[in-house]
Amino acid sequence: MTTAIQLLVGTRKGAWIFNSDAGRSSWRVEGPLHLGQIVNHFVVDRRGGGTMLMAAKTGHLGPTIFRSTDGGKSWAEAKRPPAFAKSADTQAARAVDHTFWLEPGHASEPGVWWAGTSPPGLFVSHDDGVTWDGVAGFNDHAMYDKWVPADAGTPDGALLNQIAIDPRDPAHIYLATSTGGVFESLDRAETWAPLNKGVEANFLPDPYPEYGQDAHYIAVHPQNPDRLYQQNHCGIYRIDRPSETWERIGLAMPKGVGDIGFTVIPHPRDADTAWVFPMDGTDVWPRTSPGGKPAAYRTKDAGKSWARQDRGFPREQGWFTVKRQAFCADAADPLGLYLGTTGGELWMSDDEGENWRSIAAHLPEIYSVVAAPAT
Amino acid sequence: MTRVFIPSQLQSYCAGATEVPASGGTVDLVLRDLDRRFPGIKFRVVDEQDRIRRHLRIFVGKEPVHDVGVPVRDGDEVLIFGALSGG
Repeated sequence: MTTAIQLLVGTRKGAWIFNSDAGRSSWRVEGPLHLGQIVNHFVVDRRGGGTMLMAAKTGHLGPTIFRSTDGGKSWAEAKRPPAFAKSADTQAARAVDHTFWLEPGHASEPGVWWAGTSPPGLFVSHDDGVTWDGVAGFNDHAMYDKWVPADAGTPDGALLNQIAIDPRDPAHIYLATSTGGVFESLDRAETWAPLNKGVEANFLPDPYPEYGQDAHYIAVHPQNPDRLYQQNHCGIYRIDRPSETWERIGLAMPKGVGDIGFTVIPHPRDADTAWVFPMDGTDVWPRTSPGGKPAAYRTKDAGKSWARQDRGFPREQGWFTVKRQAFCADAADPLGLYLGTTGGELWMSDDEGENWRSIAAHLPEIYSVVAAPAT
Repeated sequence: MTRVFIPSQLQSYCAGATEVPASGGTVDLVLRDLDRRFPGIKFRVVDEQDRIRRHLRIFVGKEPVHDVGVPVRDGDEVLIFGALSGG
């Protein structure tokens, strides 16, 4: 059974909303919203509240969070956006450059949201995104400067790029960072420990350090939360808790394609099935589709093998780059998959990756795509 | 009273006004006064450590300001500009 889907698309120049019909065959576009704002993440509350939050800044102006409680028709700004504590040493002190990731809290905690920023910072809101507070357990951790050094980050700055919550336990939280790898808290963000055993960091003297990895994306499986997938700077990984060690499942990818990419998307109803969208991580790291031939790869056996899915994509000269928040799935059956490219194209598959089609073009550089049931 | 010139990037906070009156004995106090009437505007101009954001410029009269503690005298003009920030 399929259903109408809403896609929230954040770009380097504003945001758009795409609404489908019940068959996901035609799409109606709304926007631009906040034209000119750099929108790193545009998210709707999947717990049913319907609040939309948008992490935004501009080339000139500082970062903020825009909120909508009427489906994107009207917007207000957060009264207190994520910001670090004031420091006596103003020259050295941290300031949020941009909010990168917005995560609705656990289903049992309506109104709670989490945010990750650059430089790496964890923030929480208890009033549905109106005001935000820093989470001292991470931001002021004694190991902060070693775990997530601000000067060793991505071209856009070091990131706390993702927050993932165990659906069984609101106190069990994972973070992904671009300079420290994955961290885990069992006490609702009070204390943290690295969770990077087995994950390579081939850009450091010790290629398997306790921390220092670049975790591009982590996914906690909604039905089997003991299983996590990770797309890392150095490969695709899986872990089955309580194991502490990740296994590099990307080694089963074709050698000519490799296992570098930004995102890994599990099937919400099958923990053994997941998709990646590989990019070229060789030589000077073009970060484009390997060989100019875009394709998703799907595993149905938890990473033991991968199958290429490229029907509908350009057969050649297709130099896609798909950033880490720009590949996602809906929850319909069959599952819909969606991706946005830095060239401003929006692609979808309504049959679990077998066939792909472009549903929008000529948008600005796409930073994030989030799929949710249309309201 | 001080006249504050608002750049296009911030006019959405002030209902499109290009110039608004404000009061305060320093740039910081002028921005705080603006923020009371136009919530959110200050944080987009200065960060949480009170540093002026990299791609904005503030002048008191014709003098560039690099510190929000700079005094503002009654009758001064405070000018905020969006500087070069790439494409």
